[in-house]
Amino acid sequence: MAGELNLCRERLEGALPRKVEEISGQNPYACYQCGKCSAGCLFADHMDVLPNQVIRLVQLGDEGVAAFRAPWVCAACLACAVRCPRGVDIGKVMEALRVLALRRGLTPAPLNLGERYPQIALVGAFRKFTP
Amino acid sequence: MKRVAYFPGCALKDQARGYEAGAKKALEVLGYELVELSRWNCCGTVYALAQDDLVRHLGPVRNLVRTQEMGLDQLVTLCAMCYGTLRRSQRFVEEDEERLSRIRAFMDEEQEYAGGVKVLHLLNLLRDEIGFEPLESKVTRPLEGLKVGAYYGCMLLRPRDVGVDDPDRPEVMERVLGALGATPVLFPERTECCGAYLTVARPDVVQARSERILASAKSSGADVVVTSCPLCQFNLENRRPAWAAGLPVVYLGEVLAWALVQGATVPEEIQARIGKPAEVKA
Amino acid sequence: MKKENTVTVFLMGKAYRVPAGLTIMKAMEYAGYRLVRGVGCRGGYCGACATVYRLPGDYRLYADLACQTTVQDGMYIAQLPFTPATRAPYRLEELAPQGETLLALYPELARCVACNTCTKACPQKLEVMDAVQQALRGDIAQVAELTFDCVSCGLCTMRCPAEIMHYHVWQLARRLHGAYQAPRSGHLADRVGQIRQGAFHGELDRLMAMGKDELAQAYKARDIEP
Repeated sequence: MAGELNLCRERLEGALPRKVEEISGQNPYACYQCGKCSAGCLFADHMDVLPNQVIRLVQLGDEGVAAFRAPWVCAACLACAVRCPRGVDIGKVMEALRVLALRRGLTPAPLNLGERYPQIALVGAFRKFTP
Repeated sequence: MKRVAYFPGCALKDQARGYEAGAKKALEVLGYELVELSRWNCCGTVYALAQDDLVRHLGPVRNLVRTQEMGLDQLVTLCAMCYGTLRRSQRFVEEDEERLSRIRAFMDEEQEYAGGVKVLHLLNLLRDEIGFEPLESKVTRPLEGLKVGAYYGCMLLRPRDVGVDDPDRPEVMERVLGALGATPVLFPERTECCGAYLTVARPDVVQARSERILASAKSSGADVVVTSCPLCQFNLENRRPAWAAGLPVVYLGEVLAWALVQGATVPEEIQARIGKPAEVKA
Repeated sequence: MKKENTVTVFLMGKAYRVPAGLTIMKAMEYAGYRLVRGVGCRGGYCGACATVYRLPGDYRLYADLACQTTVQDGMYIAQLPFTPATRAPYRLEELAPQGETLLALYPELARCVACNTCTKACPQKLEVMDAVQQALRGDIAQVAELTFDCVSCGLCTMRCPAEIMHYHVWQLARRLHGAYQAPRSGHLADRVGQIRQGAFHGELDRLMAMGKDELAQAYKARDIEP
């Protein structure tokens, strides 16, 4: 995470939290950072920032959140969503970050299509990783 | 024979054909005929979690329209992912009048979707319509001695308001297996994700997940793992470590057929566990 | 020409008054266009003259073949004679007629969102979306059947939000179906055998020996199937 954090009104009332809320239907400020989502996340081992930290960055309006790998490692399994004591569907916040990146032309590493996959895997991967 | 509309999904016509065949025959024994939608399209496999993109809901809603055209109000799925996308899209478009009218305006070549089609998973049908006792009474080959680990994965259980059972402590699949005479084995990873579509982008992550899930089932004593998700089945079978090769991952429909359908083909390793083949119960 | 026998159309944004009853293609030629691309058989088979248009007071974007569509008053017309689409490299004899073959060569089929825009764009009135869905689930015979009348005009491919390259997929499905699945035609094999054995050599020799006038005469007098 960023070493230095500049907290200012413009950022907190800036575009990112509003945009995420618009796409996800979730209020990022409902989160009180208990960390339950990260504790139960099966994919946290492979993330560069934890799910609760992702929410925190969104709360702080940090556009740098787009550069992190975490949303692309999230498998949308919704374990966090059913456990959040504040009712935040973190899976939807992760999706909002993926969607925002894809709509801005930022794409994750290209998919390895050399292997034979069942339709169900390909359809899912295309929907999550391509605009 | 009660007729119910049936949405197969792509996998059930391809790598999971055995699931469809088994479930169809088993349901016939139970008095249900699955009537496949005459035209259907892919559900999208992963529910669109972004609420500002209605296009992703067109596929599911078209299938609901097909059900409506048949004059039926229930749509049964076998695949856990199809269940998740269809059920969630149905709720998503019906809970907001504006969304529904925008979908209708876009799909102006279709019969207008009136709403109210109920999407059911095979497990809903077995528990809520058929019942465990009638299910048990139709068993001709009890799966006695077979220890089965029911692997739920994600989409059968989450989110809470769509899941077929309690997301933390589900029991519906164990109840079904019990009715079939098998011994259900609870294992810690039974509700945890296999990595799903990450299998395309991050096979390493899915491999680690598959290993954990199979190790969990194996150390809990399961002879076989049963699932209703073709993506879980693919990941557990294709991303599994070599040591877990002896633990087959089969579909719920296959297990139902073993117990209910006369003359169903039972794999040798399963046959060895449950003893003599197909003896009709008096 | 009387005014009531003409209509006004807009070709690439410029207004022209053209005789009513012309096809879009003939109207373009009437207006002075010399068509060297985007024109072919003029009979609705070759698929070279894809065109899109809008009508006044109608939000729809219509897609059709220029040689098969009559002009209407107020039509806004543009030509889309070619839609870029790359054909996957393959050798038919090395492929298996299995469901997964289509998806392996054209994985973007899995991006279909069932919007049905392709079906609406098809001048041949094919159920294009159904064909995409059949391709996705691997039913080659169904794809071949549903796309038998495809003329590869590319209109569905241009309109597809999932960037699927339909006409190449259809061609592959029909080739796989024809090569591996469709029943063999007995009389075709018989006829090929007759040709190989020289049953028509005499007829060909007779034609080869004819002069230009005699050949033209024979051509005019040939049998034409009704």
